[in-house]
Amino acid sequence: MMIDFFRNHSHKLFLATILFTNQLKADWFALNMTRGITNISNEVFELHMLIFWICVAIGVVVFSVMFYSMYAHTKKKNPVAATFHENTKVEIAWTIIPFLILIAMAVPASKTLVKIYDDEAGDVNIQVTGYQWKWQYRYLEDDISFFANLSTDLDEIYNLVPKGENYLQEVDEMVVLPAGKKIRFLITANDVIHSWWMPAFAIKQDAIPGFVNTAWTKVDTPGIYRGKCTELCGKNHGFMPIVVKVVEQDEYDAWVTEKKEAAMKMAELTTKEWTTEELVQRGEGVYAVNCVACHQTNGEGISGIFPALAGSDISLNNKERHIEILMEGVQGAAMNSFDYLSEVELASVITYTRQAWGNAEDGDGEIVVPKDIVEYKKPKI
Amino acid sequence: MSAVIENHHDDHHHGPAKGIQRWLFTTNHKDIGTLYLWFSFAMFLIGGAMAMVIRAELFQPGMQIVEPEFYNQMITLHGLIMIFGGVMPAFVGLANWLVPMMIGAPDMALPRMNNLSFWILPFAFFILLSSLFMEGGAPNFGWTFYAPLSTTYAPPSVTFFIFSVHIMGASSIMGSINVVVTIMNMRAPGVGLMKMPLFVWSWLITAYLLIAVMPVLAGAVTMMLMDIHFGTSFFNAAGGGDPVLFQHIFWFFGHPEVYIMILPAFGIVSHIIETFSRKQLFGYSSMVWAMLSIAILSFVVWAHHMFTVGMPLAAELFFMWATMLIAVPTGVKVFNWIATMFRGSITFETPMLFACAFVVLFTIGGFSGLMLAIVPADFQYHDTYFVVAHFHYVLVPGAIFSIMAAVYYWIPKWCGNMYDERLGKLHFWLSFIGVNVTFFPQHFIGLAGMPRRYPDYALQFADWNMVSTVGAFLFGVSQLLFLFIVVKTVMGGKKATDQVWEGARGLEWTVASPAPYHTFTTPPKVD
Repeated sequence: MMIDFFRNHSHKLFLATILFTNQLKADWFALNMTRGITNISNEVFELHMLIFWICVAIGVVVFSVMFYSMYAHTKKKNPVAATFHENTKVEIAWTIIPFLILIAMAVPASKTLVKIYDDEAGDVNIQVTGYQWKWQYRYLEDDISFFANLSTDLDEIYNLVPKGENYLQEVDEMVVLPAGKKIRFLITANDVIHSWWMPAFAIKQDAIPGFVNTAWTKVDTPGIYRGKCTELCGKNHGFMPIVVKVVEQDEYDAWVTEKKEAAMKMAELTTKEWTTEELVQRGEGVYAVNCVACHQTNGEGISGIFPALAGSDISLNNKERHIEILMEGVQGAAMNSFDYLSEVELASVITYTRQAWGNAEDGDGEIVVPKDIVEYKKPKI
Repeated sequence: MSAVIENHHDDHHHGPAKGIQRWLFTTNHKDIGTLYLWFSFAMFLIGGAMAMVIRAELFQPGMQIVEPEFYNQMITLHGLIMIFGGVMPAFVGLANWLVPMMIGAPDMALPRMNNLSFWILPFAFFILLSSLFMEGGAPNFGWTFYAPLSTTYAPPSVTFFIFSVHIMGASSIMGSINVVVTIMNMRAPGVGLMKMPLFVWSWLITAYLLIAVMPVLAGAVTMMLMDIHFGTSFFNAAGGGDPVLFQHIFWFFGHPEVYIMILPAFGIVSHIIETFSRKQLFGYSSMVWAMLSIAILSFVVWAHHMFTVGMPLAAELFFMWATMLIAVPTGVKVFNWIATMFRGSITFETPMLFACAFVVLFTIGGFSGLMLAIVPADFQYHDTYFVVAHFHYVLVPGAIFSIMAAVYYWIPKWCGNMYDERLGKLHFWLSFIGVNVTFFPQHFIGLAGMPRRYPDYALQFADWNMVSTVGAFLFGVSQLLFLFIVVKTVMGGKKATDQVWEGARGLEWTVASPAPYHTFTTPPKVD
């Protein structure tokens, strides 16, 4: 394991690091929380500044007395120390005054918190599910569902090419929201705990398996907003960003229609006759998005944690178990059920893993078509 | 039992045994204190080396030095080693050296258990560190080891981690029982509870906190063990369990643990400020009451670590208000230190420099703690670098500076030699600059939106991460100077007087320097 961290790209990359350093766009002025874009997030920002300035004021007073002492009451200037100690009046004062200041902080804080706590249904209700290491969004009214994966290229991460403007803050599919409508998020997780954080909305809610947390927002300004996962969720915790695109209502309606049509097309694909090549080609893409983080591009996995698929008995000779693992997951292991993928995606990714890395030559080379998955899903007696 | 009686004639020697046996079989509180201190220093360097790996990776955006998987192992081990191997054993070491001498006792009350509680520690950390070489790697789920990442999704080495935590817990509990029994039963005549030095008070309270919460931690890891190996579902939602339960149990241990790591520091700093201001502590009894209030409040604030898990409004409000309340007794302590310095006759030897830095920087950590208590704002701060900056401000220039201050302050008593004052001051200034350059920019990085435990980050965080890394290496290298100074002092140097410091008061300064192997074999007379 100690050797693993020098794996992959390390050798070529020190040179590349130096080459691309000057292209980094950094910001010395990224010092404070950014002002929010909703009423709530603005209020949170104001609250943050209020508490901050109160702390600064207390600090100035307290440290002034201390620094004055350190300057004026040295042994040189004050050879004989005073002998005073204990003074009930002073001690009562420095207990009561901080208490009053705390109340001054607690009142606005509690008021804002009460406003944030509202789990009434929204105009649009979206279920957000955290997965290792991607987010799934389900629009409950419109039956739209998709995954958002990091779209930053691995070569950017490993310093082989210059980093783009939205390095690690870009996804393959944005969450689209209508402006001016109340949006409620129902946040949960499929495997470990994640946390859905959108700073511009001041929403941070843990996504916990077995629980549904709620959060809401109402955004008036169209635009693209970026957030991140904020609960350690395994090795790619830093690589599952959140991107939300807020658009005007008509644009939102057009997007909903488009998504629904795409879903219909996908359903048609399930009944089509597939060739091995088509499945492998499609499966490679599905593998790159869903499987590669653990099982690796070469199918070798990571020794001791994530099993190899290349040359494994199941990939070679056991088609039925192969389907079952993807549909049900492996109990007590990091392998979860992938039954949320479409029949086409499941069939193609299984076929891909049975064909790639020489598996077709070493094993039975059997392929799986979408209809097999439909068959598996039928209730068994 | 008869074996014990037969061995009794062995107890009559008075000096230390020769060679390695002295250290393996010692029941002397001074020897065991020394063992604890050296052990914690070794752990401090190992945990620090891991921090260097972390900061080196974060020097620039992109993955440079380690893979994310190994990065997660580093952050986990760094946290565990610094807390359980660095700070806690250092305070136990100081308690061993100082508590008996401060209360006029000949030794700790339970000397053989004292030996045992130290000697199981190296095994605990050997087990923990050996997990780095196991298949699947070391624990990678953060020092807070939230389930189910630490159960269903953990590497196989998690079982070794669990046993290692059990051993650390057993060691802490034995150490605490020893401190409580010693303080309660072995004070010299005339040393009433409200006459005890504040370091003794701080450790009495800390020991009770440890006895209260260490079994809770043991319970949490045992439940994990059951979930992993014996088919239970305490924390597994699919089996009817509750992942949030884990966090409640963990933080019921974890929050008092925070005060376990700062209360002894309060005691140390009070002594040092008093000595170098040459003036009596402003409010002894209010200092004691402040520590007791902090300790009691620490049991009812745990869920402020969990404001984003989706608790009901009433719970959020309760934990916010309770947490803010802690600012009152903490403020009382800070005001007391400053009032003690006020119109004193102050000199700035190395221990006093560290103590002054402690007061200022710990207070800054307190301010960010107060900000974190404000629930709506915490939704923005939670699990970002702002939190990392906060707890490092209270732990590094807080707990660790107090330990360094204590070493400079008492080392002349321990080995009879004065440390090199110029080198000590150099060490202080390098550490002071290093710590601030490392952790102050992390406030900016966090507020600007960088989550913690990220091996790689977006470009707008690049500048201050680079600064932070430079500071971290400065701080890291300065600690080698500390090692050099300590070794140099142990080897030789200007002879210390018995009182050592002009303004020092207390029983430990009445014995010879270096302190004889056995002190106060007959109780001193205290008025």
